[in-house]
Amino acid sequence: MAEAKTEPTATRHAYGDALVELGEVHEEIVALDADLAVSTQAIKFGKRFPDRFFNCGAAEANMMSMACGLAATGKVPYCSTFAIFAAGRAYDQVRLGIAHNELKVRIGASHGGVSLGEDGASHQMIEDIALMRAMPRMQVVVPADYNQAYRAVLESFESNDEPMYMRFGRPSTPVVYDEIPETLGGGVDVVREGKDISLIATGHMVWRALEAAESLEREDGVEAEVLNVSIVKPIHSEPVLESISKTGVAVTAEEHRVVGGLADAVRHVAAEQHPVPIFAVGMGDEFGISGTGEACMEHFGLTARGIADRAREALVLKPIVSRPPLFGPEWT
Amino acid sequence: MLASAAELERWATLLRIDCVRMLAVAKSGHLDSSLSAADIVAALYYRVLRHDPGNPDWPERDRFVLCKGHAAPIQYAALAHHDYFPLEELMGVRQIGRALQGHPDMTRTPGVEVSTGSLGQGLSMCVGITLALRLDGLSETAHVFGLLSDGDCQEGQTWEAATAAAHFGVSNITAIVDYNHLQTDGTTEEIMDIADVRAKFEAFGWDAVEIDGHDMVEITEALERSRSLDRPAAIVCQTTKGKGVSAMEGRFGFHGKPPDPELAAGALGELEARLEQQTRAIQDG
Repeated sequence: MAEAKTEPTATRHAYGDALVELGEVHEEIVALDADLAVSTQAIKFGKRFPDRFFNCGAAEANMMSMACGLAATGKVPYCSTFAIFAAGRAYDQVRLGIAHNELKVRIGASHGGVSLGEDGASHQMIEDIALMRAMPRMQVVVPADYNQAYRAVLESFESNDEPMYMRFGRPSTPVVYDEIPETLGGGVDVVREGKDISLIATGHMVWRALEAAESLEREDGVEAEVLNVSIVKPIHSEPVLESISKTGVAVTAEEHRVVGGLADAVRHVAAEQHPVPIFAVGMGDEFGISGTGEACMEHFGLTARGIADRAREALVLKPIVSRPPLFGPEWT
Repeated sequence: MLASAAELERWATLLRIDCVRMLAVAKSGHLDSSLSAADIVAALYYRVLRHDPGNPDWPERDRFVLCKGHAAPIQYAALAHHDYFPLEELMGVRQIGRALQGHPDMTRTPGVEVSTGSLGQGLSMCVGITLALRLDGLSETAHVFGLLSDGDCQEGQTWEAATAAAHFGVSNITAIVDYNHLQTDGTTEEIMDIADVRAKFEAFGWDAVEIDGHDMVEITEALERSRSLDRPAAIVCQTTKGKGVSAMEGRFGFHGKPPDPELAAGALGELEARLEQQTRAIQDG
């Protein structure tokens, strides 16, 4: 077991580190990559277990279908590349060969979102969670920091035999968990308790949501509860419902389009079981842009300030919608 | 004892008859694409493949992947005649609640190694299987046969797989191309000419031969030879779409269209007459 990180570390490093640990124990694990093994960190597995590592070159579709063949023959493939290629270019291969066949394949999709920075829109995948959520049988895991990502990868082997998409990021990311957690559990952790508003975040937005909660408390006297959703599909509805039924209003935060991702997952749960206003922080109907990772995040408002501002808007709405009935006798 | 060419030809006719019946009942499916592959599939299942229907998961078995998944009926017929499932199941193809899907489905049909139906993916799956077999020390015993269409060869992914097989030094793989020159919208020459497929595989580092895909002696010789090579092998089979049903042979406009009752009756008459002839010839020695 690796040491927990205390300094900001990229979640993709956890993929590489934990994969080696898994490889030591489970001979059936093979790793595939598509000429990005240093970036995805699969190279660590490749160096330790060269016979079980297949660099497929810049041919992601072939890699995913090869993983199907390997899994159908008893291996457990971990396939890594950038999220844009894993979920975008190879969608049909993942769909038929892996998800449809219910094969135990783990997709390690690195460089998710706009925080990869300089490479720009062609590489910034902002709809992968939506694509993978929509795909039948595919599980979607988006860890918040290195420590949780490390556990997510270890757990991915033992948890179940269903296909799984795991999203990692490029930049160094502050730790949310002081230790490597014992489990992802149901995939929703309350990482800060509060009563006034629920900030429901995933991936790189979790530490930002925690910062937003600090500023809301400091500047507005608002006690925000922060939830980390590390398993976006299947989403564990109970802790979400418990939080929004307590606070009555929520903001979701993701480094992803506001369509099809965490926002929709949470709104789906709420709309059917406990409707409250839910505002979303995420990417609108637009593509990414070049700049440093942090500059890109700021450009699109994917920051603690962005979350806090959205929370303030949501809090304005809260008393209005929570005063029933809107068109009752007292209004006439 | 190995099946003779005459016996294999008779089996091919029998499988063709099943395909006509299945799709006449289903009123849906790809008959002409199944018929062009019938001789190849008969040679595989009745002579070349090492497999055990009683133990479909036998680790040392040869693998057959129908990359051109739309020709599922011909594989279903072969599987049923080898008792992977009851023959009666054939008549449930493409119908709700039944085991035999429109395209091969590994989760529902015994004997199907991987699900296919999206062209271009099959050969990559075959490469993945060979790499797993290598890790299990079975490269010398288990061979992987993929049956591709000309449409598969239009898909770029097939050439990614061809590159990978050569790069990884895979020797227990045979890509069989059912080159029938007809696709949904017209001839391959009109729609997207894939030209000399044999030369393409050769350029990718494969051993590549071209044969008559309806000549049973050529088919069996090429398949058996491909097992013994020390590099990936491609067998480009020149075939006729709709082979065995003269009303369909080489004619455009039947892709994905099931036989209507009149066509089915004519086809069955023709095929059953041939079967009788072939059976008699074998009995007469």
